[in-house]
Amino acid sequence: MNVATIIAGSIMLVLLGGFFSMLYRGIDRKLVAHMQGRVGPPLVQPFRDVQKLLIKENIIPDGAVSWLFNAAPFICLITSALLLLYIPMFGQKALLGGFGDALLVVYLLILPSLAFAAGGFASSSPYATVGAQREMVLLMSLEFPLAVSVVSLGWRIGHAATANPFMFSTIAEYPIWSLVGPLGVIGSLILMFALLVATSGKSAKVPFDMAEAETEIAGGILVEYSGRNLCLFYLADIIKAFAVSALVVALFIPYNLSSLVGIGAPVPAGIVDGLFFLVKVFAVMFISISVIRTAMARFKISQASWVYIIALTIISLIGLILIAVDLMV
Amino acid sequence: MIQEETKKATYTIPVGPIHPALKEPIRLALTVDGEEIVDVDVFVGQVHRGIEWLGMNRNNPIQSIYLAERICGICNICHPFSFVMAVEQATGITPPPRAEYIRTITAEMERIHSHLLWAGVAAHEIGFDTIFYLAWRVREEIMDLIEYVTGNRVTKAMFQIGGVRRDITEEQFPRIRQSLDYYKSIFAQLKKVFLDDITIRMRTRNVGILKREDALKLLTVGPSGRASGVPKDVRQDQPYAGYADLDIKAITPDIVTGTVVGDVYDRIIVRLLEVKQSIEIIEQCLEKMPPGPILAQPKTAVLLKTLTKAEGEGVGRAEAPRGEVVHYVRMEAGQSTLATWKVRAPTYVNLMAVPTILKGMQIADVPITFASLDPCMSCTNRVVITDRAAGRKSVMDYEELHRLSVEKTKEMQR
Repeated sequence: MNVATIIAGSIMLVLLGGFFSMLYRGIDRKLVAHMQGRVGPPLVQPFRDVQKLLIKENIIPDGAVSWLFNAAPFICLITSALLLLYIPMFGQKALLGGFGDALLVVYLLILPSLAFAAGGFASSSPYATVGAQREMVLLMSLEFPLAVSVVSLGWRIGHAATANPFMFSTIAEYPIWSLVGPLGVIGSLILMFALLVATSGKSAKVPFDMAEAETEIAGGILVEYSGRNLCLFYLADIIKAFAVSALVVALFIPYNLSSLVGIGAPVPAGIVDGLFFLVKVFAVMFISISVIRTAMARFKISQASWVYIIALTIISLIGLILIAVDLMV
Repeated sequence: MIQEETKKATYTIPVGPIHPALKEPIRLALTVDGEEIVDVDVFVGQVHRGIEWLGMNRNNPIQSIYLAERICGICNICHPFSFVMAVEQATGITPPPRAEYIRTITAEMERIHSHLLWAGVAAHEIGFDTIFYLAWRVREEIMDLIEYVTGNRVTKAMFQIGGVRRDITEEQFPRIRQSLDYYKSIFAQLKKVFLDDITIRMRTRNVGILKREDALKLLTVGPSGRASGVPKDVRQDQPYAGYADLDIKAITPDIVTGTVVGDVYDRIIVRLLEVKQSIEIIEQCLEKMPPGPILAQPKTAVLLKTLTKAEGEGVGRAEAPRGEVVHYVRMEAGQSTLATWKVRAPTYVNLMAVPTILKGMQIADVPITFASLDPCMSCTNRVVITDRAAGRKSVMDYEELHRLSVEKTKEMQR
């Protein structure tokens, strides 16, 4: 894979991924509105939001650490977009799949949250400080069940595959559902559930949006951000949601429609696979983000932390145990 | 202020005067240690408009009714209600029985509206926008009813000294009953949505607890006090207007849960059950409505002359959606304005409970805890003194206020 391919592929992937992320955010808002009995904004609203934010004034507060205040949104967007390159998108292999596997993605997921929190700490507002503290606590709490989920999957696949079990190409070749018996299926379902709840937390949507709680801390981390900086954070948030949903799809539903249906030619197969990928990502996003954020109130940070560190960890460990027992049986 | 004894430095988070958690301006200075609230300082006076001054220096008593309506947008029945009762006590005017019933009906409609609005706001404070939209959609029906009866969706302009300004005729009864039936039909669902939801319970159970002893010491009134187990209700203890013919029982949360905790969840229970109670009160009033005139003195000019010549003092107490509201009025013969007008809104008293219920809570609990007292800052804010003559503006602390208050009492007693 030469440098030119990587650069061209990255640009295309980021543009395409960005476009579909914003479209999916628009769909999410529309569906949530209808579930709440409202009409909701038009599907293209996120595009309009980005356009509006870009022409607004970018205010930097006097007391802020201005280099960090300006750098954090950039870093957040870049690291979120980076996820698009390592996770299989649109039914194809991940662009940089040969250079990084699922474990790397778990680490990469930390970076946008870190940049987010850094931006909050650099804002010189007590609201942003509280929001950044909450973001850090949420980040640390989330890692546990996320890691257990991914590592359990990789461990089980490692018993069937000779290649690195964490690489997405291996996971696609040996989907977990075809490797395990009934006990393992239950275990995998449990792991998938844990990952879906982690998706809601990673995307920072209700009930896990306490880092930018509007009614409690007046916008939290984002309170002092405006204009271009806010636009970058907004885009980063949208792309991250899409990428994490794509991660769930890549780990648990890595199937491609074209091989099942029997389409051989590369271009039609690519289109069919791409569309099927979009359907799968939509399903994951709908369940883990849209429905959950319509049906629940916001948690306190102590409650959210408990949900991840205690409840979800125990649940995902049970899933791992079931898979291990299934292997022995 | 950081004291020398603390090892960890606390910092202060301002909530207000402008904050998404607050519907009206007030400043809460929270001293926090991480997420836990260590101390609270309450600064009122951000919506001071000089209403009492206007009533004493510029308006005649009838004009002051309109002022009293606008003390607070949502309390536009209870303030004129107690004001008008105070003036009627001072001047000896008695409203006809039909007017008393109409006053009762509109007061209960205001209560239903206020509690439903509060329910939506409380849901929004905990991030549960779905229920916020639901509650406010349900609220549309009572606003349509209020518009049908009084001509406007929120501000009702029903009161006149000696009666009410508009009649509720028998032809309007079916439409009123239709709205009441709608609310009766969805009440079970409302109750389920608010009281049986797990996340609401997680956010409101054991949050913002006000114990019974504290409620009694701090003189908390209204649903906030009743939720702590203090069964005081002006409609029950000193019945006025149409309530005298009805049997009102103060609602406490042990009706539903069997115990009284005094937390935010209990306040939700009390307000929801009060909606049901209001529906029943309106129905009883419609059945018992006596015929007759609606004004003791229909000619406004004659009324104004009587008021100018009147001499005396009166106290009016009503049960607002937020608690007991008191208006004191003193009139002197020959003076076209009121000689003295003092308003004591329920939120003024309930705000004293804020430091108690917020201590030890997390920042995340501040909006819902504060909102659970259903604070109406506009009602509260006529008590900060600005020295216009000297051009000085000062916020007075407790000792100064107390000294001034004692001086004024001595002055009034002379």
